[in-house]
Amino acid sequence: MRLSAFDLACRRGGRDVFSGISFSLAGGEGLIVAGRNGAGKSSLLRMVAGLLRVAGGSLVLEGGDSELTVGEQAHYLGHQDALKPALSVSENLRFWSGFLGADSADVGGPLAAVGLDSLADLPAAYLSAGQRRRLSIARLLAVKRPIWLLDEPTSALDTSAQQRLRDIMAVHLAGGGLILAATHGPIGLDGAPELRLDRNFIARDEMAAQQ
Amino acid sequence: MTALAAVLVRDMRIAVRVGGGALMGVLFFLVVATLVPFALGPDLALLQRIGPAILWLAALLASLLALDRLFAADHEDGSLDLILTGRTPLELVVLVKGVAHWLTTGVPLIVAAPLIGLMLNLDARAAGALVLTLLVGTPALTFIGLIGAALAVTLRRGGLLLAVLVLPLAVPVLIFGVAAANAAVIGPVPFGTPFTILCALTLASLVVGPFAAAAALRQEIE
Repeated sequence: MRLSAFDLACRRGGRDVFSGISFSLAGGEGLIVAGRNGAGKSSLLRMVAGLLRVAGGSLVLEGGDSELTVGEQAHYLGHQDALKPALSVSENLRFWSGFLGADSADVGGPLAAVGLDSLADLPAAYLSAGQRRRLSIARLLAVKRPIWLLDEPTSALDTSAQQRLRDIMAVHLAGGGLILAATHGPIGLDGAPELRLDRNFIARDEMAAQQ
Repeated sequence: MTALAAVLVRDMRIAVRVGGGALMGVLFFLVVATLVPFALGPDLALLQRIGPAILWLAALLASLLALDRLFAADHEDGSLDLILTGRTPLELVVLVKGVAHWLTTGVPLIVAAPLIGLMLNLDARAAGALVLTLLVGTPALTFIGLIGAALAVTLRRGGLLLAVLVLPLAVPVLIFGVAAANAAVIGPVPFGTPFTILCALTLASLVVGPFAAAAALRQEIE
């Protein structure tokens, strides 16, 4: 399986966010998307997930299910946790695993993997920011999808939860999965190449400094 | 199929739990319809004549109450993004969300209507006709409302815009709903004529509503 982007461009609100972005990612590989605020990290992930229109260039997935779009084969972990406060922890996870098409209805395993099994019956309204994040990560484990699009996955996580996420990502990569992660700090994707979105801006800033 | 069942169960659960919209609509309906006899006085003939119209108006306004949160809540917490990465067509998800909304806000209105009918001096025959028109007509209100709810999804205070968008579209449903209920009580038109048009309006909204709402959501999500 290989996810390739050629010369991708993104326009939002009449403004060019980025253009000329190319990358190629094979099964078992991770890619860190880096760049300053507003460089388009989240936009790039949303574009791969099919939530933003591709303004230019192309996005190709080889070796996937040709009946499905790239977004339908990807997990999107965005800034929002997509949890309903009125539902319990296990009800929230059971909904997403049912909706996204999990093979089994068991949510105990994924909850235990993120350390939330003891809170399964608690309404999600009472969870802390880090616990909400962990519940979203459990979704990635409950439903098998080859591409993971992670937007600041470590935000609000404590060190032990970050270690858990590191292990979860390592297992996913070892199983032939792909990870595209947008982040500012180290998230534990060791050895993964970095895609910088703000090269053009840096060049422009340097030119301005020289003048 | 399991994906759609999951949406139905989730939306109904949220609606009946604390802070959900299920009870709010029926309470509003009861309050509005109860106030009318107090405002108009105990003129039994007058109440009987305008009773179906009052109940239909109250049902229309009550069904709009919780509608503005239908997609806005999913948009704000990021659920809508994930629904779009699902493998279920958005049109079907919208349809099922509409059904769940009708089951939790429309059906309680229909159940409460005969009770309020007593206060408006409606006899058993009139109450029966009214319940039948509400049963057939309220899904149309929900599915027309879906379009407004989808258009107002990114707005913080979408409730008023929703009412302005949806109420004009709901006028035909109101006209034929009240006409059918009145036809059963005072005539002279036979009940069947306005009632079949009401059925047609509901069927048309059932088809048009989900497609229009899904198209609006796709536009707004960008």
